[in-house]
Amino acid sequence: MNSSFRVCPTTGLKVHAQADALIKANAVAGTVTLLIGGIAAILVLLTRWQAVHLLSATWFYRVLTIHGMNMLIFFILFFEMAILYFASAVLLNSRVPAPRLAWFSFGLMVLGTVLVEWMMIAGKADVLFTSYVPLRADPLFYLGVILFAVGALLVVGIFFATLVVAKREKTYEGSMPLITFGATTAAIIAVITLGHGAAAYIPTFFWSMGWMNMDPQIYRLVWWGLGHSSQQINVAAMVSVWYLLGALTVGSVVINEKISRTAFVLYVLFISMASAHHLLVDPGMGPAWKVWNTSYAMYLAVLASMIHGFTVPAGIELGQRVRGLTKGLFEWLRKAPWGDPGFSALVFSVVVFGFVGGITGVTFGTEQINIIAHNTLRIPGHFHATVVSGTALAFMGLTYYVIPLVFRKEVAFWPLAKIQPYLFAIGMFIFSICMTFAGTFGVPRRHWDISFAQAPFDIQFSPAVDLLIGIMAIGGLLAALGGGIFILVTVWSVFFGKKLEAGSTRGVPPGILKPPSALPAGDADGGALLASRGTMVLVFVFLAAFVVYYFVNWKLLSFLWKIG
Amino acid sequence: MNTGVQSPKGIWWKPAHKTERLWVIVAFVWCMVLFAMMPLWHIRGGQNPSGIRSRVEPEAFRARTEEFIRTYQVGTEQGIPVVEPPPGSDIYLSASMFSWRPVLRLQKDVQYTLHISSLDVNHGFSLYPLNINFQIVPGYDYGLRVTPTEAGDFRIICNEFCGIGHHLMLGKVVVVDGPTTALNTEAVAEEGVQ
Repeated sequence: MNSSFRVCPTTGLKVHAQADALIKANAVAGTVTLLIGGIAAILVLLTRWQAVHLLSATWFYRVLTIHGMNMLIFFILFFEMAILYFASAVLLNSRVPAPRLAWFSFGLMVLGTVLVEWMMIAGKADVLFTSYVPLRADPLFYLGVILFAVGALLVVGIFFATLVVAKREKTYEGSMPLITFGATTAAIIAVITLGHGAAAYIPTFFWSMGWMNMDPQIYRLVWWGLGHSSQQINVAAMVSVWYLLGALTVGSVVINEKISRTAFVLYVLFISMASAHHLLVDPGMGPAWKVWNTSYAMYLAVLASMIHGFTVPAGIELGQRVRGLTKGLFEWLRKAPWGDPGFSALVFSVVVFGFVGGITGVTFGTEQINIIAHNTLRIPGHFHATVVSGTALAFMGLTYYVIPLVFRKEVAFWPLAKIQPYLFAIGMFIFSICMTFAGTFGVPRRHWDISFAQAPFDIQFSPAVDLLIGIMAIGGLLAALGGGIFILVTVWSVFFGKKLEAGSTRGVPPGILKPPSALPAGDADGGALLASRGTMVLVFVFLAAFVVYYFVNWKLLSFLWKIG
Repeated sequence: MNTGVQSPKGIWWKPAHKTERLWVIVAFVWCMVLFAMMPLWHIRGGQNPSGIRSRVEPEAFRARTEEFIRTYQVGTEQGIPVVEPPPGSDIYLSASMFSWRPVLRLQKDVQYTLHISSLDVNHGFSLYPLNINFQIVPGYDYGLRVTPTEAGDFRIICNEFCGIGHHLMLGKVVVVDGPTTALNTEAVAEEGVQ
């Protein structure tokens, strides 16, 4: 059996050949769907930018459907499947149990993807990502989603089986690493999510065949159990990747295993909050249901993210301080490897996810404030800061390490790779901020023509909206350039890149070329270094921004008509 | 000490360092504030998405809206009936691909119960330029008690994707200061003639 393993020369981990191959296959599928979603993104952007207004109405909504499905379902889940194999089989030195089933699941996911893409491009599923009934798509669209979800669910099952096998075959000592633990919570949330997906799409498939009726409000309730819970998979996976990138790039420390792991568990327990806040201004639920399910009276999933928002930078700070970067508040940050795309992607992912995505998300997810946010551009402004600048950027940063570690290739066009996270993060930051502010003026999301040229009445948004949308477009194009570079670099490295050799120096991330020195053994807790003073300053700046944004929104709400 | 890729050895369930504990406590207190604001606003605030909610068949809602239009219509605009309901009454607005029906003329500082529902698919009620947004779901009557606090000319944007003509779906609400007069009514009627 040993013959099917290789020992990673960088990390010393034993890597199963099947794990290698499955990670590669999922990463490739993820990149292909990212490319499709990315092209769709540019077309959508150039249409919403009223000065260009590229597509016709029909094609705008069609391409928007393609953009949503590829980005939020296909790209991100293929990538997460790769992360599940990595966090279980690779990190635990284990084999992948039932490799045939693993390939069958991958096949199902590809088949589902192909079906859905075909239906969307053929114009038989112009229902957008949410496919709210009674908008109707071709039954094959729903069937494709179901096949994809079943495939993903099987992979999650294989992930759990790997944990059992690794434990039984004693492939690692002690508790599982934090990153595997985080991936496990992502996998548990994936089960909950895909269960909701089945509960939403199987009846919808039957409905589309004319076999049963659907209640549009119940659909919205169950669908968001898929739609937002899947974003909670992203969060758990992204935070795991944060810890992983911290470890790979600067050897960051887990400050306290108890706190970090408990925070992951909170994501599992408080998952449904996120789903409920899509229904805050819906007619089907009352105020008590809304207030309770938004928060469970405690907002502990928000607490979890605020904890990781502290422990990830604090772990980096401590890791740098024990290695001698102890001067002042921020020497650890100033002398960090900013030229390592793994590190810069990590930092931007944490910052934009927290400051833009997190603050806006929690604010809009407040029962009453949702009145001034629901279905406006504020919502996509929020989730482009979380899923794109947060999750996708973290995954991109990780890819620069996956290329040498798993594909055993040098990263092609290294100078471009180094600036890629900067382009992408700055572009996406401008894009989501401008989108959020444009939404404050009531600009609707998912809308082909906000000049309302053909509508029965006239409407003229404030000139500020034109300006914001213009800047948003520039930010979006900058991010698209960053995304294009990412795809170029990965595809080129994987298919045409130079093999990684012992002496390779070009195109090897610094964290692999010169790995961070080993941490002091034993229970040395770094003593006074644990104070993480720099991080303390940063998190209180974050809290201040949060408090201001939150109460400004209450103030804006109070100016409106009386509604009750 | 270990990184996140290494298995922690031995017992890792240890008390947190005091800075970390401080942040957890501060963050938790903030989370409680986030929660408390919602019930508090129900008591002290003027804007809540509560409403009077009930199920309604699309056909029944269509009939109710048409009855409402027949009773209080004062004119037409762009082919859509203009309705001036008495202060304080129940008023009806139906959403369907791709129009809002009827156009409403309301009085400032008077409370109305605005019933909104959809006759076909999901729609989104978005009052421009105030940015007041509600989800409109077929089969459900959302009865919102609204008090316009300023006079003016408002639009209703549909902000839930409802089909390829989604961007055509624009409605109108006019709020007048003080009791509506015959003069106003005439003005509306003339507009209707155009």
